[in-house]
Amino acid sequence: MPETNYQTNQEFFVDMQRCIGCKACEMACAECETNGHDSMIHVNYVDRAVTIQTTVQVCMHCDDPVCANVCPADAISKDEFGVVHTANTARCIGCSNCVMACPFGVPKKNEAYDLMMKCNMCYDRTSAGKKPMCATVCPTQALFYGTREEIARMRPNSSPVNNFIFGNEKVSTKVNIMMPKGTTVLRVD
Amino acid sequence: MIASLNKKALIIATLVSALVIAMVFYGSRELQNFDPALIGYLFGTVFAFFGVVYRYSVWLQRPPTWMYFKRTWQFFFKGKVFAHLLFFGKEFVQNIGFQKFIYPRGRTRWIGHFLMAIGCTLAFAITFPLTFGWIHFTMNAETSLNPESIRMYEAHFFGFKIFEFKLGSFIAFLTFHALNWCSWLVIIGVLIFMRRRLTQAGLIATQTFEGDLLPLILLLAISITGLGLSYDYEFMKGMAYDFMAVTHAVTVIMFLIWIPFGKFFHIIQRPAQIGAHIYKREGMKRGMATCPHTGKEFATQLHIDDLKIVTKELGFDFRLEDGSSHLDLSPEGKRSRLAMAHLKARQENGGKLFG
Ligand code: SF4
Ligand code: SF4
Repeated sequence: MPETNYQTNQEFFVDMQRCIGCKACEMACAECETNGHDSMIHVNYVDRAVTIQTTVQVCMHCDDPVCANVCPADAISKDEFGVVHTANTARCIGCSNCVMACPFGVPKKNEAYDLMMKCNMCYDRTSAGKKPMCATVCPTQALFYGTREEIARMRPNSSPVNNFIFGNEKVSTKVNIMMPKGTTVLRVD
Repeated sequence: MIASLNKKALIIATLVSALVIAMVFYGSRELQNFDPALIGYLFGTVFAFFGVVYRYSVWLQRPPTWMYFKRTWQFFFKGKVFAHLLFFGKEFVQNIGFQKFIYPRGRTRWIGHFLMAIGCTLAFAITFPLTFGWIHFTMNAETSLNPESIRMYEAHFFGFKIFEFKLGSFIAFLTFHALNWCSWLVIIGVLIFMRRRLTQAGLIATQTFEGDLLPLILLLAISITGLGLSYDYEFMKGMAYDFMAVTHAVTVIMFLIWIPFGKFFHIIQRPAQIGAHIYKREGMKRGMATCPHTGKEFATQLHIDDLKIVTKELGFDFRLEDGSSHLDLSPEGKRSRLAMAHLKARQENGGKLFG
């Protein structure tokens, strides 16, 4: 990677209970220069039949990314900051392995491009010391990008968690999810 | 170093390289038609073959790649081979020949890529057989001895005469300048891509010099020195010819040796896309998987089942207590289940919103 001004003390904190489904992040994501006009962030209803609750999902930038492991074309890579980059356009063969294997349901396959695209934490911005687009526009701060001290001050009753359990698999990530204070792990199923 | 080499790949690559050398020997009629001036290029090409086959073999051994490779050929030979061949042919023309998937990503981008691709492929098609001594040209002896007749030139392939053309004719002009046309195509394509890479913020943030810019610079250098070689004679009376010849050879050999390691390897990888298409088509015939959360079809069942095998081989275990798997969920289902787990944690903690 070229010279960067990536701020290693800043982190991503997500709190889906705060998501109001306004989709400002979706619009903002499409402004990111690394993915052009295609929005990568996901906002969806959790269970439309019973609740209006929406959830928001960015790439969690896993420590050992399943997406990169299952990619038959070696198209996904993790950099020295732990950012897992979107598919290398020359290599990706559009097989969707990553789309189906990511435990958080993050990568998107663009059928027309025959290419997978996903969040790379607005690398054009974060590598220049700025915050990702989505986190700068989220009105409820369901998406927050900043230091651990800032989030601890702002959310005294929450703990950032970056360990997840999916069945027999433990996944740790760079991105945090805000949980009730004292929680260390989120068991999904 | 030796210990970290992949034995299987080493054997396959050595065999293929030996085969190439044997074909050079016999294809050039035991080196009769081999042009010794091209020995450097031959060395580079054989090395490139070795490297490409080695890397390809290592690549194929990765579980997800092997799964696609295996399935593609299983489907290919099972059932209607002819129908598959037709599909393969169509896909090859569309995706490898015309790179149609790049067009929606941007028209100029497609034009640039297409020009580079067609220029390089044509150049490969011409220079490989020339270097191997499979193609060579001779003057028709009768016409050259007879001052009355029009001089004829003959093109030979594997030592057999393929066609004959008049010296100074249009065909002669096209044939002898074919590599120049390739150079022009590549130069225009490279300039389009360089412009993108130097002006688009997203690309500037993520590209690397060795990975993205150097390949373009190398292609440009090859094309310009190549053009230099022929225009030198036409317009500069052969001045600095040696310099041009050496720089051209150096850039081309660098390019060849680099194919297995760098960006250019994608040329070799790309046909795998057709495999992925065959896989999807066959999977759809066999039935779709339905997401237990959304209740909607989202992928082929074959894909989900194979992914369970592949993730297991890679050391991931997404099996749940009830015997099902987290991988049975669609991407949307997975996101919703995460949110539901988050809600559950909140409820277990008194149920209030926490801040
Ligand atoms: S969250 Fe999904 S897409 Fe992001 S790094 Fe992890 S496995 Fe890959
Ligand atoms: S869709 Fe592309 S990036 Fe994803 S696994 Fe397939 S080849 Fe790799």
